[in-house]
Amino acid sequence: MRDIKIQVNDLSLYYGEKKALNNITMQIPANKVTALIGPSGCGKSTFLRCINRMNDLIPSVKITGEMLVEGIDIYDKNVDVVNIRKKIGMVFQKSNPFPKSIYENVAYGPRINGLKDKTQLDEIVETSLRQAAIWEEFKDRLDDSALGLSGGQQQRLCIARTLAVSPDIILMDEPASALDPISTSKIEELVHELKEQYTIIIVTHNMQQAARTSDHTAFFYMGELIEMGKTNAIFTKPEKKQTEDYITGRFG
Amino acid sequence: MEHTIDIVENPFSKANNTKGKAIKETAVVGITQIAVILIIAILFVILGIIIYQGRDKFSWEFISSFPTDGMTKGGIFPALIGTFILVIVMSIAAVPFGTITAIYLTEYAHEKSKFAAAVRFSIRTLAVVPSIIFGLFGLGFFIQFVGTGMDSAFNGGELHWGQPNILWASLTMALLTLPVIIVSVEEALKTIPRELREASLALGATKWQTIKKVVFPGSISGIMTGTILAVSRGAGEVAPILFTGAAYYLATLPGSLSDQFMNLGYHVYIMSTQSSDVEKTMPIQFATTLVLLILTLSLNLVAVVIRSRIRRKAK
Repeated sequence: MRDIKIQVNDLSLYYGEKKALNNITMQIPANKVTALIGPSGCGKSTFLRCINRMNDLIPSVKITGEMLVEGIDIYDKNVDVVNIRKKIGMVFQKSNPFPKSIYENVAYGPRINGLKDKTQLDEIVETSLRQAAIWEEFKDRLDDSALGLSGGQQQRLCIARTLAVSPDIILMDEPASALDPISTSKIEELVHELKEQYTIIIVTHNMQQAARTSDHTAFFYMGELIEMGKTNAIFTKPEKKQTEDYITGRFG
Repeated sequence: MEHTIDIVENPFSKANNTKGKAIKETAVVGITQIAVILIIAILFVILGIIIYQGRDKFSWEFISSFPTDGMTKGGIFPALIGTFILVIVMSIAAVPFGTITAIYLTEYAHEKSKFAAAVRFSIRTLAVVPSIIFGLFGLGFFIQFVGTGMDSAFNGGELHWGQPNILWASLTMALLTLPVIIVSVEEALKTIPRELREASLALGATKWQTIKKVVFPGSISGIMTGTILAVSRGAGEVAPILFTGAAYYLATLPGSLSDQFMNLGYHVYIMSTQSSDVEKTMPIQFATTLVLLILTLSLNLVAVVIRSRIRRKAK
């Protein structure tokens, strides 16, 4: 694989005594969509949250191994977690807009980075909303509360908010699991368009979604990475029995 | 074929119920009802007596004028103003301190931190300490230790801060009301969902930025509730200010923090125990109580309204 964005070496994660991720080694290619699939509790979301160090928030978590993003181990003690999270954006399972206006939601990231210039902020808000394909919908009501939007709109606003910080990598934790089919397909289209510029890693429960949106797929089971490869290959001729069983719906 | 039903005893019949159970049920309901009625009755009797006895004296003039004729006539203006100053200075001291403590406990303290557990235990203990103990502490610590210390350091030993005044009384009262504020603010901070904090952190915000921009704005009403509850508690308490600043009678309003002050609760106490002429002061005493009650009840009402709004929002 050329253009490796993230190289994971022997990464293990413990919740107290319990080992939740077991010696994960994988490579995530740049400017591609990588899907993480597997049954509930297999560790795929936990793994995703390792990539932007969201697990730091849980006191009992201990992580060993390496997570190299562009060659730099993000768990190195010289690395500032705040800078990691600016570079690696995240979209959550449950859309979580701030109880502020649409504009303020998108401007939040740039603002906390110290941007005050109104013209620049306006520009970033517009570009981000355009990228998230909601500019046309929202441009006349930027001052409306984000809480009044539908679930699908909220989730796309959250994507725009993430884009406003101009990350390289976008992590998506089941971004469409709470949405109706139409909103889901809009999110999927968006993922497809965004991969030109971003490296996207998406956790999904939905097998079709993984097949439709991703270039590569990694199958997790019981805290282990069972198999990873081109999505086509994983879905047509998986090498491992467990992968095949899961994909064909024999368990999970 | 003919359908037949076996005639059995009706399992739902009242007769099936054992007599004892029904009587017990009625008795329990009866006792709870009596208890409720009793509580309401007590409240109405108290309010009724106070309103009835104080109504004649209660007027704008009563609220806005100084006591006269050895406090057997006139109003309670200085006591009202003194109470206001007390709760304002107290809030200035207690609200920021309490809010910061609550932020530490909910946002920064490690889940299993022994220190945070000790802080929580201290707050709970503080909340149950009798208020007279706060008064004695204020006298010993603020006046005799801090105040006298300040006098010998800055005034060459001349007595200025080492005696009861508004500042020491307010700080003593602030200690008493701290637990109320901390608990209210903590409760409000906890209503901010984890998802919102994560959203902010995932955008590269620091913890403090997240608190400042997301958590804090969402908890403003909780901080207000805490403040109001603390103020209403502070307005009604007498014991903490007994030795730390309340005055029997002052001919003028206090002009600085180092002055003593009159206070509504203390005024009621004075009126009922130190009066030279009970017949004359009785109506004043009741009217003062009425003012104090109106003040604290309305403050509590506002707090209850805000709190119920927060709860609704949290759902």
